[in-house]
Amino acid sequence: MPAAEPLRFRLNGHPVEAPSPAPRILLDLLREDLALTGTKRGCDLGTCGCCTVLLDGRPTLSCLTLARLVEGREVTTIEGLTPPQGLSAVQAAFVRAGATQCGFCTPGFVVTATALLREHPHPTRAEVVRAISGNLCRCTGYTKIIEAIESAGRGGA
Amino acid sequence: MAEAGAGPYRLLGGRIPYVEGPLKVTGRAEYTDDIKRPGMLVGRLLRSPWPHARLRRIDVEEARRMPGVFAVLTGERYPTPFGVLPITHDETAIAVGKARYNGDIIAAVAAADELTAEAALSRIRVEIDPLPEYSDPRMGTQRVAEPIHARGLNGSNIQKEVVQEFGDVDGAFARAAHSVRVRATFAGVTHAFTEPMATIAEATPDGRLTVWSATQVPHYLHRALSEVLGIPLHRIRVIKPEVGGGFGGKSDPLPHEIVAAALSIETGRPVKVLFDREDVFYTNHGRHPTQNDVRIALDADGRIAAYDIEALIDGGAWSSFGTVTTYYNGVLAMGPYRVPAFRYKGRRVYTNRPPSGAMRAHGGTNIRYAIEVALDRLAESTGIDPFDLRARNALPPNSTTINEFRITSTSFLQCLASARARSGWDAKFRRLPFGRGVGLGCGFYISGSNSPIHFTPKMPQSTVHLKVDMDGGIAVHSMQADIGQGSNTLLAAIVAEVLGVELERVHVQRVDSDVSPIDIGSYSSRVTFMMGNAARRAAEELRDRLLAAAAELLGRPAAELRVGHERFFVAAQPEVGVPFLDTLHRAMEKVGALTASGAYDTPPKGGTFKGARAGTAPAYSFAAYVAQVDVDPETGEYRAEKIWAAFDCGRPLNRLAVEGQIEGSIHMGLGQVMGESMNYRGARLFNPSLLEYKIPMPQQMPEIEILLVGEDDPEGPFGAKEAGEGPLIATLPAVANALYDAIGVRFTELPITPDRVLRGLDLRRQEGRPWKGS
Repeated sequence: MPAAEPLRFRLNGHPVEAPSPAPRILLDLLREDLALTGTKRGCDLGTCGCCTVLLDGRPTLSCLTLARLVEGREVTTIEGLTPPQGLSAVQAAFVRAGATQCGFCTPGFVVTATALLREHPHPTRAEVVRAISGNLCRCTGYTKIIEAIESAGRGGA
Repeated sequence: MAEAGAGPYRLLGGRIPYVEGPLKVTGRAEYTDDIKRPGMLVGRLLRSPWPHARLRRIDVEEARRMPGVFAVLTGERYPTPFGVLPITHDETAIAVGKARYNGDIIAAVAAADELTAEAALSRIRVEIDPLPEYSDPRMGTQRVAEPIHARGLNGSNIQKEVVQEFGDVDGAFARAAHSVRVRATFAGVTHAFTEPMATIAEATPDGRLTVWSATQVPHYLHRALSEVLGIPLHRIRVIKPEVGGGFGGKSDPLPHEIVAAALSIETGRPVKVLFDREDVFYTNHGRHPTQNDVRIALDADGRIAAYDIEALIDGGAWSSFGTVTTYYNGVLAMGPYRVPAFRYKGRRVYTNRPPSGAMRAHGGTNIRYAIEVALDRLAESTGIDPFDLRARNALPPNSTTINEFRITSTSFLQCLASARARSGWDAKFRRLPFGRGVGLGCGFYISGSNSPIHFTPKMPQSTVHLKVDMDGGIAVHSMQADIGQGSNTLLAAIVAEVLGVELERVHVQRVDSDVSPIDIGSYSSRVTFMMGNAARRAAEELRDRLLAAAAELLGRPAAELRVGHERFFVAAQPEVGVPFLDTLHRAMEKVGALTASGAYDTPPKGGTFKGARAGTAPAYSFAAYVAQVDVDPETGEYRAEKIWAAFDCGRPLNRLAVEGQIEGSIHMGLGQVMGESMNYRGARLFNPSLLEYKIPMPQQMPEIEILLVGEDDPEGPFGAKEAGEGPLIATLPAVANALYDAIGVRFTELPITPDRVLRGLDLRRQEGRPWKGS
């Protein structure tokens, strides 16, 4: 295989250049090549939402995205949503509500919820449910996840 | 910050956020697949495409010669059989002689990268003789041409047969005023945790082996590795990183864990075996496909006179926990009601399907569904309200069942009263319009097992070690396995509660068999009860030593002192006291760092008859749930609108976690009753993905009202009992009985899918049986 042009994109606010052969999947690029392991691999088929990242601000399944497709675009992972110290408002709400159990789906939910709250700072319950309908959780019955997102939307109240 | 505790406690009984929460919400929690070791190879498994086949020849030479391939293993290299139960070791790390299901591991490769490993697998040539496929347990109850295992009963595929009888069952049915017979059948369901299994093994030149694995029971994995690989326990180190859910599916030691270790020993390099979602489905160990035939006799006063139960259980290819399953499916019928006569015949039969095993509320779910649906029918035929019928039959506290279970605390009557009142039952039952209805289902489950799986040497079920050095940080070691249920948080909270210190002082250490004392892990809903008691004892030992030091500093007898808010003080004069750290430093003067240890073992194990230990527990949980459903008679689709979940877990110690367990249990129970199903064509699984095996989505979840009504259990830590598994059970019959109230159709085949609802409605109309005006 001839050496491909390196891939150039913005990752968590910084420009990145990474070698990326054509079949590379964004999830593998993030986890294996760039050691950003906060994005989780749950199914490889786009069914569970554990691998959700933001592509130009929109929730995107990194397991179904060819790395080549992010050329020139902005990718934000859970690492990029985490402040250097402490937690984001959404993350703090998840902790307070007990919305993590095993935690494996949690980064995907936090990414999805962050995108929702950027677009709709005060979502209704129905909007929250619709927004997270692409993310599966087997531990919580979603109850405390929905509570956490609603609480973050109310400014943490 | 944790919310204040309840009653006499500072922390316990409040809402305590999970201690590892900040790591999980930021993606910084470390799961097995997040770990990389230098020079690590990729391990891949060749799975059998045949349900049952004799392996005549496996030619690995071409694969072995490929550049980038470091090892190729087949079954004869490590043929020692293993299995989670010592009495049924019938698995091997890699198939020896024959493949027993479509998915059985028949060879393994370690290679430099994934693509090379996959290419190597495709170059392995396997010659087989096809063998008869046994896809249904009915095909295996008699002598068969080719038993799946040599250990089947009398040349059949029966893995385990349990026959038990107590009291005069036939007499009770002969005298019965009312009786009912229900045949309920259950599709297999699986755990569907989000984290696929993963194992890293690293054999090192000092003769030691380190294994990181996504496991619920590090200790059983430790034992299986030692037995199969022939390495003493003390030269194997098992580490449990964060585990992304288990629900029973990661409680057996699994073949791939041993294969990873074998590949590392073979290559001298670290090896990672990572499952994809198909691997997870083929590994299964989920809830058994089951047929339960239940007969119940009532006397003229509406009191249960006898149960007569017969079960046929599809075990799949291995024993796994199956002997326990076969017992539980009978004996867990012994609560929450008094049953004066009981007969049970249960058979678990091997088939050439992926193995079934332990899944949340193991052994207690399918039988409970059949009983609760049968009781709903009896309530209707006798004209007794379903709540009244159950209340009339409730097991009393401090009693013994006919099969010698010791019942201590029960708040079952309070569960019934609370669910009835809060749900508005009396205004709704049989009174809602056609298509809408309410139903009652109840639950009963073990709070751990008095009969741990390991037998030798005799040792406590749980041990907890504490170490505190001059910094005042308290390190807690135990092999209990937090898999998301919050056991690390509870462990820290118990220690902080007893020592009167801030939660932040307490650090629960990662499970590591080199330093963690043995606790037998997260299964059978045992951790809160057993680890909790061990932790309390360890903390009390440490507290007493600190009290002695405080007594010296204050010049007062220790008996007059109390702990709390990071200080030791005189009970009668709270203003007279010394800070925690000063006390600690005094206590350390002669001994250095303080250490303490606590252990817990279960009470005696029931009767003396064969199988008497099965189902004995130090305490039991109780539940009464009301479900309200809304059915669309045009499409057969329905939704659970609300569930009122009254549960007796004794004293809830962390309300956040107890609620989380109940909400998650209801999700899983709804999945099983409404739609989840492992679908087979013959012996072949044909929906091995989360796209085709659908777990409930957020929009399918009902509103849940949790009613915690338990009183303190006399032996539970701070009065607590289990809340991790029991809360699933009542969900299923509550929904089914609500569907009957809504549309007048009984469902005895699970899952209750929309097409079955439509068929049921058609059948009822054909029978000319109107229901609520429709």
